[in-house]
Amino acid sequence: MEHVVIIGNGIAGITAARHIRKLSDKKITVISAETDFFFSRTALMYIYMGHMKFEHTKPYEDWFWEKNKIGLLKAYVQTIDTQNKQLKLDNGTGLSYDKLILAVGSKPNKFGWPGQNLKAVQGLYSYQDLESMEEYSPTTKRAVIIGGGLIGVEMAEMFLSRGIAVTFLVREDRFWGGVLPKREGDLISRHIKKHGVDLRFNIELKEILPDENGRARAIITTNNEEIECQFVGLTAGVSPNISFMKEGNIETNRGVLVNEYLETNIPNIYALGDCAEFHQHPTGRKNLEQVWYTGRMMGETLAQTICGNKTAYKPGVWFNSAKFFDIEYQTYGWVNSELRENEADFYWEHEKGEICLHLVFDKASNKLLGVNTFGIRLRHEVCEKWINGEATIEYALEHLKDANFDAEFYKQYEKEIINQYNQEKGTNLKVRKRDWKRIFSKN
Amino acid sequence: MKFIKNIGLVVCIIGFSFFVGSIFVGEYQVSEEKFNSWINNKGIKSEIFIADANSQIVGKTFSSFKLSSKLIELAEKSSEAHQVNIQKWQTEGGQDEKINKEWSKVIWVDWSKVHKDFTFPLLQETVNSPVNNNQWLAFFLTFGLAIIGGLLYIIPDFILLGPAGIKNNALFQHSATNRGWGGMLVAAFFISFYFLLYFFSDFLINPILATNPISLALSGNPASQWFMYGLIYCSVMTVFAVKMYVKYRHNLYQVIRTTVVWFFQIAFAFLIPEMLVRFNQPWYDFKNAWPLNYTFFFDWNINSLLDSGNLGLFMLVWGILLTIVVIPVMVYFLGKRWYCSWVCGCGGLAETLGDPYRHLSDKSLKAWKFERYIIHLVLVFATVMTGATLYTYFSGATTVLGIQTASLQSWYGFWIGSIFAGVIGTGFYPLMGNRVWCRFGCPLAAYLGLVQKFKSRFRITTNGGQCISCGNCSTYCEMGIDVRAYAQKGQNIVRSSCVGCGVCSAVCPRGVLKLENAPDIDRVNDNPILIGKEEVKLK
Repeated sequence: MEHVVIIGNGIAGITAARHIRKLSDKKITVISAETDFFFSRTALMYIYMGHMKFEHTKPYEDWFWEKNKIGLLKAYVQTIDTQNKQLKLDNGTGLSYDKLILAVGSKPNKFGWPGQNLKAVQGLYSYQDLESMEEYSPTTKRAVIIGGGLIGVEMAEMFLSRGIAVTFLVREDRFWGGVLPKREGDLISRHIKKHGVDLRFNIELKEILPDENGRARAIITTNNEEIECQFVGLTAGVSPNISFMKEGNIETNRGVLVNEYLETNIPNIYALGDCAEFHQHPTGRKNLEQVWYTGRMMGETLAQTICGNKTAYKPGVWFNSAKFFDIEYQTYGWVNSELRENEADFYWEHEKGEICLHLVFDKASNKLLGVNTFGIRLRHEVCEKWINGEATIEYALEHLKDANFDAEFYKQYEKEIINQYNQEKGTNLKVRKRDWKRIFSKN
Repeated sequence: MKFIKNIGLVVCIIGFSFFVGSIFVGEYQVSEEKFNSWINNKGIKSEIFIADANSQIVGKTFSSFKLSSKLIELAEKSSEAHQVNIQKWQTEGGQDEKINKEWSKVIWVDWSKVHKDFTFPLLQETVNSPVNNNQWLAFFLTFGLAIIGGLLYIIPDFILLGPAGIKNNALFQHSATNRGWGGMLVAAFFISFYFLLYFFSDFLINPILATNPISLALSGNPASQWFMYGLIYCSVMTVFAVKMYVKYRHNLYQVIRTTVVWFFQIAFAFLIPEMLVRFNQPWYDFKNAWPLNYTFFFDWNINSLLDSGNLGLFMLVWGILLTIVVIPVMVYFLGKRWYCSWVCGCGGLAETLGDPYRHLSDKSLKAWKFERYIIHLVLVFATVMTGATLYTYFSGATTVLGIQTASLQSWYGFWIGSIFAGVIGTGFYPLMGNRVWCRFGCPLAAYLGLVQKFKSRFRITTNGGQCISCGNCSTYCEMGIDVRAYAQKGQNIVRSSCVGCGVCSAVCPRGVLKLENAPDIDRVNDNPILIGKEEVKLK
């Protein structure tokens, strides 16, 4: 029986394992040094804040793995012997494989700052990161967070929930400036400040200063201000966690290099999820896409290939979501931080400044290219249908009620939105009623 | 703000202390007149008991515990004596008439009924306590302080907890909401309260008297333990509805749902029935449907409705229509939520007082299996018991297939109506979550669930591929549904137990879940294709 070994029990590795099991009776072993069982790392913040316990973050009960004959091994892989198809583990034993899937994830970026390896200086990625945050929290009065992205704002929310003051340093002129357009970035920045975060823009970290025990006691910013703190959160992105295979013959760049079938340069070795970097992304997107959803979709795809149905990874319309304190964010298609040359956009913001809708479309054809929403939930299927089906901005606006996914009784803003559009463009669009037939239709 | 909150806590605790403390005050003076009238009302024929009581009780003063236990002790003693006589005469033979007469003198002292049926009326009549003499003051010191304190404790959260949004911080770190000593204490209090209420109401004479002025004003009758319970229920729901408003003020579904379920409790389960009594009509809760309202077809209820003219007849017909027509039709269009989390009294308490405990429900597959057995068994039990009741009503036979209808009824009333629904159902909030009764025991929920599962437009829609498996939805599902198991597969959630509280959708950080009534084609998408990628189809 063919033995498939998966290194890493995150969403990518586990999805691959589950789908291989659905499609075949191959022997499957998942190796992880992090936890005994798969958990959802997106929920780490909720454990810290007391919304959940660790057990609640496990999507499958512990008996699930044995019942589905997915072997779990808690160990750390030290080297991969690709010639003999053999792994060397930290417990001194070896493990041979027929097919190997690298799903080793990533680790928080450290850009060579002085003091970056002090105690109480860390990112938030693994279960161990959470434990260490817990350990330092009782003795932390102020935390400084470096890097205005998704993990940074999560960390800020976590500390505030324990009454710990937060200074948040952002390189750009707004929160998540590399991704969010100016107005959305400003909207979220306002919201973060409203929660009491000391949010500062256009500032970077220069140095972290130690106390006598080797723990961070302050930081110095690029404009030479010293900020006293007992914890430094490094949340300026992540990079593939592949240092242990740098020596071997698996081809790597920033991540493990793969083709559209998620195959590495070595036969029978595959990589997926956060650690996989495409030579050339199959649909022309970034070669390194480190989000939950891509990890999951790659797992589903690779399982097909492993089980004999060779399948290329072809993600559909880009989507993502997040929550910044109380404001939810969803995006479908592409809304870039700056408009491209062929693009035009329409932006509506609620008068209270916490809800907005941003549509980007092609200047020439009016076809919808992307949607950003804050504080409004949209239906994934409908948005995907619009973007795939080349619906125009005007079609989307008129049928906006089809896409609304807010809970019942929520105030709906379609009318306000369309009025503003009519005013700006001199059109006479009308809001159409929600129609289940349209919503459920496949095209 | 923090200061006001702390004051509120202190005031609330003082109110509860007065409430609990009032149980232990006062004395009970049994005059001859009151004693005789009690003997007459109860139809007590045992000369042994009457003689003993006359010498040992009449003219004396007791505490409630002493008087109650003395009455039971004498009753047991007299019954023993009568049964010795019966045995003697049975062995001698041929004295049937004498034996029958002696049987009628036996006082049955069954612990589950003896206090509320046997001793309660005498204690109620003979009490002499500061509460009885200052009922309004007592009401203020117990209910008044507890309510004011509760509100002072809750309202500052509007500021203290920061901007509107999900407020679940530290729930799993606080002893009161994580089965710590705080939770245990509250559970012990709830459980003791329900035991006293159902089985030892004669110890609650003073708390009941504290609600007397309200009862007199509403129905014109003195307060019973059930009136007091109704008033507590409404007060608790009101205070905790305010807590819901503070907590979910950003979520209009929760705000409206809380208001509606609160309204149905106050109006339909409390004010209207009390008013009906004032106008000499039967006490009737128009929204309480069989089989949750398991006494609806009991002969005393049917007779009382039939004796009440056109209104009574309307109540009888409405009660039947509610169960067989209104409920299934509404469940088809809206899901069982229209009843369980928008109208029902049990649901109302669970969604207000119970909200801080919702995350304690068991989500394991094992719990789900257990739930399906036990809740459907209760439905079968309720149906069989009611069938026997109706058979007895129409045929006059007291037994069905050799089983006494009356004993079926009292078994159901004791085990299901009191122990399961009350003592466990509410008492275990801080231990097993706020829907213990609704999830494992309620026969009406089982019935609604069958309709919801097989024929309804209601579902929780999963939003394409947006789920990140974080587990908030499953954690905060009070019914213990593993919502995430569906959401992460892109499946809609169609489950018979879902009461549509809407909290899974509220706590979801990625906008994945929406409660919806939509055409029921493709409602159950058993093998969905997760969208977001084009090449893989699961089947």
